[in-house]
Amino acid sequence: MTATEERPVAEIGNPRRRKEDARLITGRTRWTDNVVLPGMLHLAMVRSPFAHARVTGVDTESARAASGVVTVLTGADLADEQGGLPFAWTATPEQVQPDHPSIAVDTVNFAGEIVAVVVARSAAEACDAADLVDVDYEELPAALDLKAAAADEVLAHPGLGTNVSATFVYDSAEAGHGGEVETAIAAARDDGIVIEREFRQQRLIPSFMEPRSIVVDPTSEQLTVWDSTQVPHFVKIFISLVLGIPEHKIRVIAPDVGGGFGGKLQFTPEEVLTVIAARRTGKPCKYSETRSESLMAAHHGRDQWQKVTLAADRDGNVTGLKVDLLANMGAYLGLVSAGVPILGALMYNGIYKFPAYRLSCTNVFTNLTWTDAYRGAGRPEATFVVERMMDELAAQLGVDPLEVRERNWIKHNEFPFPTVTGLRYDSGNYEAATAKAKELFGYDDLRAEQLKRRESGDPVQLGIGVSTYTEMCGLAPSRWLGSMGYVGGGWEHASIRMLPTGKVEVITGTSPHGQGHETAWSQLVADRLGVAFEDVEVLHGDTQVAGRGLDTYGSRSLAVGGMAVLAAADKVIEKAKPIAAQLLEANADDLDFSGGRFGVRGTESGMTLGELAFAVFQGHKLDGGAERSLDADATLEPDDFSFPHGTHLCAVEVDTETGATTIRSYVSVDDVGIVVNPLIVEGQVHGGIAQGIAQALFEEAVHDETGTLITGSFVDYLVPSSADLPSIETARTETPATTNQLGVKGVGEAGTIASTPAVVNAVIDAVRHLGVSDVPMPCTPYRVWKALQGGAES
Amino acid sequence: MTRITVQVDGSSYTDDVEPRTLLVHYLREQLGKTGTVVGCDTGNCGVCTVHLDGRSVKSCSLFAVQADGHEVTTIEGLATNGQLHPMQQAFHENHALQCGYCTPGMIMQSLDLLADNPNPTEEEIRLGLEGNLCRCTGYQNIVRAVQAAAAGGAQ
Repeated sequence: MTATEERPVAEIGNPRRRKEDARLITGRTRWTDNVVLPGMLHLAMVRSPFAHARVTGVDTESARAASGVVTVLTGADLADEQGGLPFAWTATPEQVQPDHPSIAVDTVNFAGEIVAVVVARSAAEACDAADLVDVDYEELPAALDLKAAAADEVLAHPGLGTNVSATFVYDSAEAGHGGEVETAIAAARDDGIVIEREFRQQRLIPSFMEPRSIVVDPTSEQLTVWDSTQVPHFVKIFISLVLGIPEHKIRVIAPDVGGGFGGKLQFTPEEVLTVIAARRTGKPCKYSETRSESLMAAHHGRDQWQKVTLAADRDGNVTGLKVDLLANMGAYLGLVSAGVPILGALMYNGIYKFPAYRLSCTNVFTNLTWTDAYRGAGRPEATFVVERMMDELAAQLGVDPLEVRERNWIKHNEFPFPTVTGLRYDSGNYEAATAKAKELFGYDDLRAEQLKRRESGDPVQLGIGVSTYTEMCGLAPSRWLGSMGYVGGGWEHASIRMLPTGKVEVITGTSPHGQGHETAWSQLVADRLGVAFEDVEVLHGDTQVAGRGLDTYGSRSLAVGGMAVLAAADKVIEKAKPIAAQLLEANADDLDFSGGRFGVRGTESGMTLGELAFAVFQGHKLDGGAERSLDADATLEPDDFSFPHGTHLCAVEVDTETGATTIRSYVSVDDVGIVVNPLIVEGQVHGGIAQGIAQALFEEAVHDETGTLITGSFVDYLVPSSADLPSIETARTETPATTNQLGVKGVGEAGTIASTPAVVNAVIDAVRHLGVSDVPMPCTPYRVWKALQGGAES
Repeated sequence: MTRITVQVDGSSYTDDVEPRTLLVHYLREQLGKTGTVVGCDTGNCGVCTVHLDGRSVKSCSLFAVQADGHEVTTIEGLATNGQLHPMQQAFHENHALQCGYCTPGMIMQSLDLLADNPNPTEEEIRLGLEGNLCRCTGYQNIVRAVQAAAAGGAQ
């Protein structure tokens, strides 16, 4: 009847093996596609092969007659029922955007857009019949090139009259956080250094391993939805808003979810159409996408042009940074599409004390798959620019890239530091992280080897890449989100239920899909309540259990959701204290809570939280006024962001005859504040770096001249394999955040943000002495080779 | 429909299947072996890897009828009497999984790798697993897990 006897020691910092592994390594997992219900029907989508076309006819007769087909839905059928898909971010008050139907009614605006839905008794029959739907298209000119689209050469949505959705401007002088950037540039042109560059953030595909899947059961009072999503709470609200189903009649469950990386932070046409199909047929319906569909139609990421001007004095002190962005929205605005460049806009100054900064960002529509959040969301783009530019400045000055960084970065004794973008960096120690990274990397020895290879004209050259990054985590103070044009808030919710046997249920509004919250939140609660790690169960991802929450993205879960869990735990202790005092016949002021036990100071008398939970459950001895529950709810509104930082060093070998790049060593020293579980943190760093390396060297979503995705399968879209990636040496420094009670920061995106510029800087460092000052990403052997032949563009 | 008889995780099943049914769909939909999953449609990702007569195969690239008369082992057949297989244990100990979607296939492929080469180098492990994609871990802890399993004699 009582809780496990063993009392925990120091759960914070303990590399606990994960609780969630037990089901994942034995195959006893609950993926959405595993859900099978009696009489369940299956959906198959008919998708447009054209990037921009008028739909002049959809003939469904043969499909309807095919074996097992229950119904076929078209845009004409659903024109009045489907509503419009939502966007949650408005970049400027003047922003324009097209309507976003789930199923095309008269035009298709990207290749992959849904034009018909086949509903059949089996997935195979649905798939067969989808081939029988005959769609007539009249092709329209497509806006495919981002720069041409920004100039309105061809309109993606002629009805809008422009491809420009919004132009967002931040100017440090106007905002009162810095000087005039044009003045700084003019002064540097006169007497100083001005460096101008243009970078391309290629289009990427998040490529979570579990394709998206949704099951909708309409057979009871409440619509039940299983969904492979990062954001079950969002999905519940949006099903209600888009389809008019009352919110309290909807239950959304995100069971085990196989990765997201931002790619499942969305409300999708497929979700809407599966709900409609279930409602129309009265039967449970399932849609599971194929990988080809996923690559084509799940939202993409990045895709920007970045024009940059950096001004510095002769000593290499940066005096201003000016950035002009074109951000490709694709055909529509998704939930936070318009906000992704804004999240980056505030980080182009990186870890540095730039006195003047101006950014202008134009969000542009094209007839391509819509873009939205992908791991880092804006911050990788910003960090790439500033870290590439610091290397360019170092090259111009002829000094070590770490030296020019140190000249400009915020010193550890200068925190809290108000930045030129209006943020307040609360803490950091860039000197310490860099010193540690240099030592682990063997920086000086590698520089010496590099020099030797240059002098000997070795065909394989060594390059050393530096990235000293920071990022903003812990999305986000609700007030800030509102001021930036986001429709939602940034708080998080948690509940703790004290069960009669002393076990503890923790309910979190975060929605993990690989991050290990079941383990980490158990550690937080075991530590705070003094119960055993094994006695804590973390429940999440089901809106009927976790009624309130804002889900998982933006490295927010620990800094916001984890702190909500601690706040709830503190409330449990607060609630238990007077009850303990009553039962122990002591004054509450004489009680100490430690190791899970209320003790009467100076005596042996005491009660464990488990004993109290049972006494409360019985209620026999409690005062009439005492609540018969120790349970507590808490919401946590973050005061401010947290700012992880670190120094990544990468050594590459570039074969100057073939252009092939091999990563020889990679050291990351990250400062993510206080660490709850170092094992999980290290895993996040590994995976994050892998995705950043992938952008630097491998991945790119490529379309042909008609707008067809030609990297439409894993044959062509190069998610790196084990053979493509190096082992990484990771280490940490620990500067606690001051913006939350535990001093944690966030780690989900750090590796991805840091590593792309580290790798590209290394590639360029290897061949700079051969006349190369840039290579567009991904730095494939062909592109490096071509740059060595004197033509960087490709 | 074609009648097949297959041993799966130690039990014998006789079923009628459509000739075009893929082995992975037979395992998942007819036998309820949902530990084995589908991740792509081109044979690249490897999440559906199982053993056929003790050797790894991508079960999306075989028809169910090709398994007729053969023995299939899935991730669900590895643990015995509630005891994890040493490779499963090694993945757990070394934090070799995050979302876990690739994990069943990765474990089955890792076993195949050690069957061929009980003491692989890091490079041999990386090459041996290149047909199995993972998006979460960067593979580093997967490599560690396979090294640990090899050191412990797991096969």
